Amino acid sequence: MALETGGFVPKGNLDTDSSALGRSGQREIIKKVLQSLRKYRLLIFISLILATVSVVFTLLVPIKIGDAIDHLGEGPMSFELNGLNRNLVLAALFAIAVGLSQWVMNLINNRITYLTVRDLRNRTIGKIHKLPLKYIDSHSHGDIVSRVIADADQFADGLLMGFTQAFTGILTIIGTLFFMLRLNAVITLVVVIVTPLSLFVAKYISSKTYDMFRLQGRERGEQTALIEEMISNEKAVKAFGREQAVMERFDEINGRLRESSLKAIFFSSLTNPCTRFVNAVCYALVALSGSFYVLYKGSNELLGGITVGTLTVFLSYANQYTKPFNEISSVISELQNAIACAARVFEVMEEEPELSDENSTVLGDVNGCVELKNVDFSYNKDIELIKDLNLSVEPGKRVAIVGPTGCGKTTIINLLMRFYDVDGGSVCVEGSDIRTLTRKSLRESYGMVLQDTWLKKGTIRDNIRIADMDASDEEVIRAAKATHAHSFIRRLKDGYDTVVGEDLGGLSQGQRQLLCISRIMLGIPPMLILDEATSSIDTRTELKIQDAFATMMKGRTSFIVAHRLSTIQNADVILVMKNGHIIEQGDHATLLSKKGFYFELYNSQFQST
Amino acid sequence: MKKLLKYLRKYRIESVLAPLFKMLEAVFELTVPLVVASMIDNGIGNGGNAGHIVKCFTIMIILGIVGLIASCTAQFFAAKAATGFSKELRSDLFRHILDLNFRSIDNAGTATLITRMTADVNTVQNGVNMFLRLFLRSPFIVAGAMVMAFFIDFKSALIFVAVIAVLSATVAFIMASNIPLLKKVQSKLDEVLNLTRETLQGVRVIRAFAYEDRQYDEFKKSNDELSSMQQRAGRISGLLNPLTYVIINLAIAVLIMTGSDRAYNGILTTGQVVALYNYMSQILLELIKFAGLIITINKALASANRISEVFDYEAGMEMIPDPAKLEKGTGASIEFKNVSMAYYEGSDEALSGISFSIEAGQTLGIIGGTGSGKTTLISLIPRFYDVTSGEVLINGRNVKEYDVDSLRSDTAVVMQKAALFSGTIRDNLLWGNEEATDEELLFAAETAVAGDVINAKGGLDGIVEAGGKNLSGGQRQRLTIARALVRTPGILILDDASSALDYVTDLKLRTNIKELSYNPTVVIVSQRTASVQHADKILVLDDGEAAGFGTHEELLSSCSVYKEIYDSQFKKEVG
Repeated sequence: MALETGGFVPKGNLDTDSSALGRSGQREIIKKVLQSLRKYRLLIFISLILATVSVVFTLLVPIKIGDAIDHLGEGPMSFELNGLNRNLVLAALFAIAVGLSQWVMNLINNRITYLTVRDLRNRTIGKIHKLPLKYIDSHSHGDIVSRVIADADQFADGLLMGFTQAFTGILTIIGTLFFMLRLNAVITLVVVIVTPLSLFVAKYISSKTYDMFRLQGRERGEQTALIEEMISNEKAVKAFGREQAVMERFDEINGRLRESSLKAIFFSSLTNPCTRFVNAVCYALVALSGSFYVLYKGSNELLGGITVGTLTVFLSYANQYTKPFNEISSVISELQNAIACAARVFEVMEEEPELSDENSTVLGDVNGCVELKNVDFSYNKDIELIKDLNLSVEPGKRVAIVGPTGCGKTTIINLLMRFYDVDGGSVCVEGSDIRTLTRKSLRESYGMVLQDTWLKKGTIRDNIRIADMDASDEEVIRAAKATHAHSFIRRLKDGYDTVVGEDLGGLSQGQRQLLCISRIMLGIPPMLILDEATSSIDTRTELKIQDAFATMMKGRTSFIVAHRLSTIQNADVILVMKNGHIIEQGDHATLLSKKGFYFELYNSQFQST
Repeated sequence: MKKLLKYLRKYRIESVLAPLFKMLEAVFELTVPLVVASMIDNGIGNGGNAGHIVKCFTIMIILGIVGLIASCTAQFFAAKAATGFSKELRSDLFRHILDLNFRSIDNAGTATLITRMTADVNTVQNGVNMFLRLFLRSPFIVAGAMVMAFFIDFKSALIFVAVIAVLSATVAFIMASNIPLLKKVQSKLDEVLNLTRETLQGVRVIRAFAYEDRQYDEFKKSNDELSSMQQRAGRISGLLNPLTYVIINLAIAVLIMTGSDRAYNGILTTGQVVALYNYMSQILLELIKFAGLIITINKALASANRISEVFDYEAGMEMIPDPAKLEKGTGASIEFKNVSMAYYEGSDEALSGISFSIEAGQTLGIIGGTGSGKTTLISLIPRFYDVTSGEVLINGRNVKEYDVDSLRSDTAVVMQKAALFSGTIRDNLLWGNEEATDEELLFAAETAVAGDVINAKGGLDGIVEAGGKNLSGGQRQRLTIARALVRTPGILILDDASSALDYVTDLKLRTNIKELSYNPTVVIVSQRTASVQHADKILVLDDGEAAGFGTHEELLSSCSVYKEIYDSQFKKEVG
């Protein structure tokens, strides 16, 4: 849809520096883009043909109208196919041909674009499921989301623009030149020399305003950051009575933003008037030279003259000739942006996936024998975390892990579930290194509840059934009853059909945690991992579900991370961790008698102030 | 939208001048075909007149230059009005958001407020700018072309009337059927976006339950639906250009056919027919621009409505005239008299019939399960919310009678969510009291057992990233406690503020606070009996009601709920 944006908001992300990609990088990306388009090559071919048809007829319409004008006033109105009517009928038929081919082309281009972006998104998400957690943990989720959503969109938009406009633009320029030259070389020369001027004007303005937009973007970013920070913590702002101070900072940025966007918007909006002016000059020159031709050379085209009708054809061409130039220049920046966006999407797609485990062994009968041998691990090579960790857990034992925040408790879980691979040493289940097992079979033999209570958007029933999609309603209810979640679910308006999600459903943290525990109650796997699984549940409810927990843990190897010492003191082994090392190990009584770190930790809860 | 128009009022002159100059440019543009007609009729025709041709050419160039000046002037005024408008709007909107009371903040949700403040304001600014520049110009050119046609020839002008009617109906029809589709596409896109975010957030659970395939299928389903909706919307909007093009050209054919007849009868000259043809072409260009503009305006209107909604949220608290000031200095007494509170009208009460009192300088412990009303209760002390019935008294006076600022500056609440801001540690601590010296800041930090946090970050000038991302949960909590202590508050409220601290640190913190010279009244909210059991008084909450009030020993013997909580945490260890 043609719309005078007047350069108001330049499409695309100005900070994406496409030149940073380098020429060879760009070529790589273009190759990949073409590859992803390959399956639509028939459609693309048809689209190009239609574009050609539409351009040719678009250029023929003014010629036929010009011819008709030359027959003007030759006789009274009649419906015979005389010189006038024949040309008019042709013009009308050509116009209809243009309309039809354009419409079908639009449909095809739409289809290509939206299908391409759809494929791209599906592939990216499919890829994300195969990426190691290291990638997902170390990249901002907002950034990945914007690659899947915004960049994919920009890419498709640029692609569509590229298709329709670059091709038709070039074709129009060539076609117009061809038709104009056939009519009159001198007037053609006028058009050819003057029109590109508008292109230079547009280029000049956009290069001058680039820095202004950069500045505007920076200041807008600064303001958005302030807004986000203050609104997300608004209660703290109010509790400290900082409204006025915040407002002053805001107004200062706001004032600067106003100045910079006024400049950016005003100067960039000069593009349209300026190119229109060049256009008007061109139009006037064509009128002038054309008129003189008619006047001095006469209307006999064989003698080098032109008719009034031909003059109108030139005027109409002069009017349209600048359009493809402007479009092509915007297409170039659009395409560059699209390539930068494509590069960002491809970056995700080309990340190294987790090693395939097609040929790995499926973990069979699990008794729950887990062994960590000389395990080394760190998230960041420069910061050592776990060094030479050894642990041997017999089937059915309960292992508790305690220690201050950041000591590596959660890391052990990451290693057990093989969310991360060890740097050195090995983790073995039933005597086999977990790297020789399929991830699916390993993970399915653990029941995991995390402190972070993730619920997907969907009904409560579906959320519980994540553990087993084939579970019947009765089984779901039984699982919820075991965790005492049933009583609050029942009281919700839609019961098990209540839709919940990250910020939906109005559930409390504790209630969400109960739902997460209900999941593993569906079919309790042979081993359990509970990472602060009850941290948000109040102690009375926790007491109520103790029985369920006891039954659950009976005969199952379980790993428990908890703050509350009451939840862990019945463990067979308590690992006391500090700075990635196990500094004490033993059962509750042994550890207390050692009078070490655990003793200190434990007693602090009874000390009086 | 109406509500927002007042921000344009300050730029009244610019808002009138911009379209005015734009129309001026349009007038010049509309004159051009007449000049061309005269060029053909009087320059070429009638035996020819080279001088006239040059004269017409000069007029066209002058028209172009004047048009350029007019249009640049219009762009300037439009840009000035639009950016000024959005500056005022942003400033007022942000001020209003900062003034919202807690109830409104809860209702609106922060994500919504942020989008209104950023994306929506930008969309409206874009809309205002386009509106000033184009909204009047396009209809003006269309109407102007028609008027010019009437000047040239009445009968031919009737064709213009018919064509404009048909074109307007076509454009209106396509827009009307497209806009709802675009809305649907937008909401589907939101769904795909949320699914992507959800996939990333839940990646551990998804993998732990080997749920990847289903999650992928769900995404694929939504994404495929989005794609076909986009195609459907594109099918309709893709009609606009070809259809208007065909209509205009058919009309041109008719125009020239009848024009030829009238030229034959000597009513019209060739130049005049060419002028009519040119006017028809101009209409086509403008209508297509106009259709694009309608979409922009539509989006801007939707954003404007969403912004207006925010302005409707209630701000501030009711104030009595000439309120009292709460004097700072030492601890203040707190008393609740039969307090009930519901978050929304008609919703269940979060607190009902709470009565208790605590003397200045004493420590109050509040304990209870999740959702028992602990946070609600402490929010009433600095008057974050008003009670539904009953009274909250500080130093014997109802909180409603105090100046809110003085009340809040003497109470310091450390919230569950540790909110830190980007800047240095000093910047963050100064929130407590802008005039505090470095010694005072460090002393507060020592009290909050946060001395080592500051050392680890390289002193008070250590950098805190937005949200305290570069700090651990425990470090964040200790810094927020230090920030509260910088105020030397009369009432210090710790809302489960030590949940991320281990027992050793927690104990040290409580001891340090106990030793403060200004002797604040302390309210500790916790789920841990250990954190509250040494308080002077403990309030036990159960489902919004007071289940017990007294000392640890009293409650152990008299309050079954307290005993249950205590036993759940200690019994097995002691026994």
